[in-house]
Amino acid sequence: MTTARAAAIVLAKELRLEFRTRELLNTTVVFALIVVALFSYAFNPTADESRQWGAGLLWLAFLFAGSLMLNPSFAREHTNDTLDALRMAPISPFAILFGKTLANFAFMALSELILVPVFCVLYNVSVSGVAASLILVLALGTLGLVVVGTVFSAISARARMRELLLPLLLLPILTPLLSACVKATGALFSVEPELNIPSIALIAGFDVVFLTASWLLCEYLLEE
Amino acid sequence: MKIFRILVTLVVAALVVVSGYAALFIAPDERTMHLIQRIFYFHVPSWSASFSAFTIVFIANIAYLATRQQRWDSLSVSAAEVGVAICSIGLITGPLWARPVWGIWWTWDARLTTTFILWLLYISYLILRNLLEDPERRAVLSAIVGVFAFLDVPLVYMSNRLFPTQHPKPVYFGDSASGADPRMTRVLLLCMFSLFCVMVIVLIDRYRLERLRQEYDALRIEVEARTQSMEAASASLSSGSEK
Repeated sequence: MTTARAAAIVLAKELRLEFRTRELLNTTVVFALIVVALFSYAFNPTADESRQWGAGLLWLAFLFAGSLMLNPSFAREHTNDTLDALRMAPISPFAILFGKTLANFAFMALSELILVPVFCVLYNVSVSGVAASLILVLALGTLGLVVVGTVFSAISARARMRELLLPLLLLPILTPLLSACVKATGALFSVEPELNIPSIALIAGFDVVFLTASWLLCEYLLEE
Repeated sequence: MKIFRILVTLVVAALVVVSGYAALFIAPDERTMHLIQRIFYFHVPSWSASFSAFTIVFIANIAYLATRQQRWDSLSVSAAEVGVAICSIGLITGPLWARPVWGIWWTWDARLTTTFILWLLYISYLILRNLLEDPERRAVLSAIVGVFAFLDVPLVYMSNRLFPTQHPKPVYFGDSASGADPRMTRVLLLCMFSLFCVMVIVLIDRYRLERLRQEYDALRIEVEARTQSMEAASASLSSGSEK
């Protein structure tokens, strides 16, 4: 079986598992909405200010939601030792990791699909003219978040205090991604929206570096 | 061997005294900042020494994954601890200089932020190690995090370049037009070398301690296993004699 096909099967399994309960999606979306609401309590921004700070708020909400959402990705395999079963399957470890990464990408993207319109309404930000560019930035940024997040979720799942550990490992390493995504999204939110190429190049670079690293190291990551 | 180690330590201690003296009395006075500029003979070396330590962590991580020898894992945890300690010196001496010169303790500029994130990354690496029980699993998983952390550093630096910088440019190793007195460069090189030597001997000591700890752990596990098997044997003996 090719790696792509094996990854697709793992992805399908993850999606089926999630859409039976929708636990993860519901929790993530509500959590991100709470962060967005809390922000308006803490800063009470006007429309001009939210154009300036909104991108940062949006990405912080994604990062916090992601660092919580990625936790069960491997942790729930531990309840019934199902990761052993996955490992025993005659597929490459990268197929398991990549399938899970794609599933997490889908969950994050769905949450963002709900969250971004709500954010735009609540904070009076208009993105009608730049939807395509915004989707590009969101997709590249989310990919970076889930690539590193899925690897670290596999690590924290095997440690004590895993719920606390994942954000602790994940958030500092995501700082370059955060600042580039905020810069790129902020440029799209401004009065004269533009595509900030250096930031997008940095996000793409982040994705490539860590996708390659996770491909090279996944054999060690998933061994028993 | 022990004599040799004491001798090396004494030589490095003498080197530290000499470079401290050179930094405070031999290096010429800086034109505008005067005395406060001399903190740079401690600040810049702390950066080069801690970065060397983090590079050792990265190399040891890769070497562990390639060879699976416990000693590489010991080296990586030792280097990470020493690196975090020396990096803290840089993070403390920086604001001490910035307060009188810039008027602020801290600014979120490229070099400062990069160092701060670097420091946080290796602290979370050390915390992860404490939260993993099984020694082999700890070694493998923390090596992966170590590799990811090291790969992140250039990206952190580049991402901060998207914003304007306030940190002074490195003038010492520039061309002759940089305006620095050649004596300053020589004193700085001496200080960098001596802090590097301090880093290396502390690292060697910490590495030996880690090896002893591992030996102790292995022995303790073996003693426990033997005690248990002896207790089990004597229990079965006594139950047999009662019959």
